[in-house]
Amino acid sequence: MDRNLTHRNRKRALKALHFIALFLTMAIICIPGLWIVLNSFRPTVEIMAKPPVWTPSFTLDHYRAMFGGTGEGGVPVFSYFRNSLIVSVVSTLIAILIGMSGGYAFARYRFKGKAGYFVGLMLFRAVPGVALSLPLFIVFAKVGIIDTHFGLILVYVAMNVPFTIWLTDGFFRQIPKELHEAAEIDGCTRWQAFWRVEFPVARSGVASAAIFAFLTSWNEFALASQLTRSVGSKTMPVGLLDFTAEFTINWGGMCALAVLMIVPALVLTFIVQKHLIAGLTFGGVKG
Amino acid sequence: MTEVTLSNVVKYYGKHRAVHGINLAINDGEFVVLVGPSGCGKSTTLRMIAGLEDISDGEVTIAGRVVNDLPPRERNISMVFQNYALYPHMTVRENLGFSLVIAKADEAAIAKAVDEAAEILGLNELMDRKPAELSGGQRQRVAMGRAIVRHPDVFLFDEPLSNLDAKLRTQMRVEIKKLHQRVGNTIIYVTHDQVEAMTLADRIVLMQDGHIVQVGTPLELFNKPNNTFVATFIGSPPMNLVDGKVVGAETIELYGGLSVPVPAAARGLISDGQHVKFGFRADNLMPVGHSVQEEGEKADLELKVTLTEPLGTETVLFTEIAGNEVQAKMLNPRPVRPGEVLKFQLMLDKCHVFDAASAEAIRG
Repeated sequence: MDRNLTHRNRKRALKALHFIALFLTMAIICIPGLWIVLNSFRPTVEIMAKPPVWTPSFTLDHYRAMFGGTGEGGVPVFSYFRNSLIVSVVSTLIAILIGMSGGYAFARYRFKGKAGYFVGLMLFRAVPGVALSLPLFIVFAKVGIIDTHFGLILVYVAMNVPFTIWLTDGFFRQIPKELHEAAEIDGCTRWQAFWRVEFPVARSGVASAAIFAFLTSWNEFALASQLTRSVGSKTMPVGLLDFTAEFTINWGGMCALAVLMIVPALVLTFIVQKHLIAGLTFGGVKG
Repeated sequence: MTEVTLSNVVKYYGKHRAVHGINLAINDGEFVVLVGPSGCGKSTTLRMIAGLEDISDGEVTIAGRVVNDLPPRERNISMVFQNYALYPHMTVRENLGFSLVIAKADEAAIAKAVDEAAEILGLNELMDRKPAELSGGQRQRVAMGRAIVRHPDVFLFDEPLSNLDAKLRTQMRVEIKKLHQRVGNTIIYVTHDQVEAMTLADRIVLMQDGHIVQVGTPLELFNKPNNTFVATFIGSPPMNLVDGKVVGAETIELYGGLSVPVPAAARGLISDGQHVKFGFRADNLMPVGHSVQEEGEKADLELKVTLTEPLGTETVLFTEIAGNEVQAKMLNPRPVRPGEVLKFQLMLDKCHVFDAASAEAIRG
């Protein structure tokens, strides 16, 4: 009887601890984001107040100012948004096309130096992007693609391809090779077998690779801040710097722009997460 | 007419030779089973016929056409895989119709062919399900349905029943045989299970280490095995083999002192002093009073039973002859205690003699 009781109590205690740990972790992850959102709706005085004001007031001043004229703290939000969108979407598409082909090749074919290539690609990931910023700057400046969408897209494709290869390789590896063999016997060419059978089966993997690639490009700051200068090519993270002046930082405005930056990423993740969670619809083969 | 022929077909994997120049002619409408232990090259051979593996050397023809370098889609074959390989993102209906969609058949024709296949295999209830929602036996049937929809020249089966439990396997075996009787196509079937081979095949091709060891009807392989490998692979329980030596022209002395007369089939083909393996099936060694009454030469033996396996209509008795474990069969069984000594009769006419060195059968 007593033993049962102690065990039951221990189980309860563990469960409680589990919840507390989860809560703390989520708090650490979520509170900064929440703080940004809250700050974007607060007057500057309140943001800077010490001790902090716990009952927030609500104002849209920062958003109004941001979309307003240049002289009144406005920034070219639409241009930045457009730049970010173009660069992220195009670089993601290219990275997925190249990365998926590469992942498929690594998963399906045997070729000389395969392991070496793969390790090489992963090593490439290990190089911190910032370390490349100066060489990239010089090369891009000489070639004349500094401060262009094209230059930034090129950089992001290079950053995302290795990771995409690695991720899609794993997904294609999980698809038994009998599926494309069956498709080929059913009359498909190798190309048809891929697009009609293997690609649809791996689409959740491709979707997650795309999300990662998109978010990487969308959020990237270090390289973009070096390689873009003008309104015509600056992306949103770089645009955040517009709110820092020599002696002051417009925290409210920065937070407002940050919110605009977070929203599309969140929406996209929500749309695609269904695919991610739906997971692999295996069952076509004995599993 | 769909004959399939293989002439001197060789498969190399790098430097390793997996299939050593196989010759085989399969007749139209024949059900041929390639059987052998794992790694014997049977699946590789099937995959070469399917076009999923390159043929290193030799020639494969289907319906009189050399297909060596044709891709699978141009060979007009269907294949059922061990793991079914159903398309997981398609419903049963789409799985069945896929080959016709690829072939750009018109919708009415596709619907008709799919319904026909569904009817044959009893899939009507399942048409809108995805493979993940099907049981193993149902998936197996869908895979077969997908194969018959295209009316291929040849059906290829690659161990299609290995993933099913024992009971379902027996059921599906019957369904495959029925299917063959119904559609009458040429079937090439790979398995490692000799029971499947015996029950399904018109002709069995027994393979070992990339060679064909023997080709024949199930009964030919059962009754006239070419060597000890065939003798022990085909039939359950496997054929008993006892080491011995020929003494004179009429007697084989089994090591351990027991002597048996030379079976009629081998008489005159063996020489004094030759080392042999003496083979007989459990069905031909039965306790007196529990055997089939058959004419023919018999030898009487007294043996001690070490273990029994009751199967209902018969009991398999384990005993020893000359230090070799030997299995016997008891019909109308009564309980037997281990250690009991029984009188057995050995049907000499049904016994086999193999050369000890070459393992080849000695037979007139």
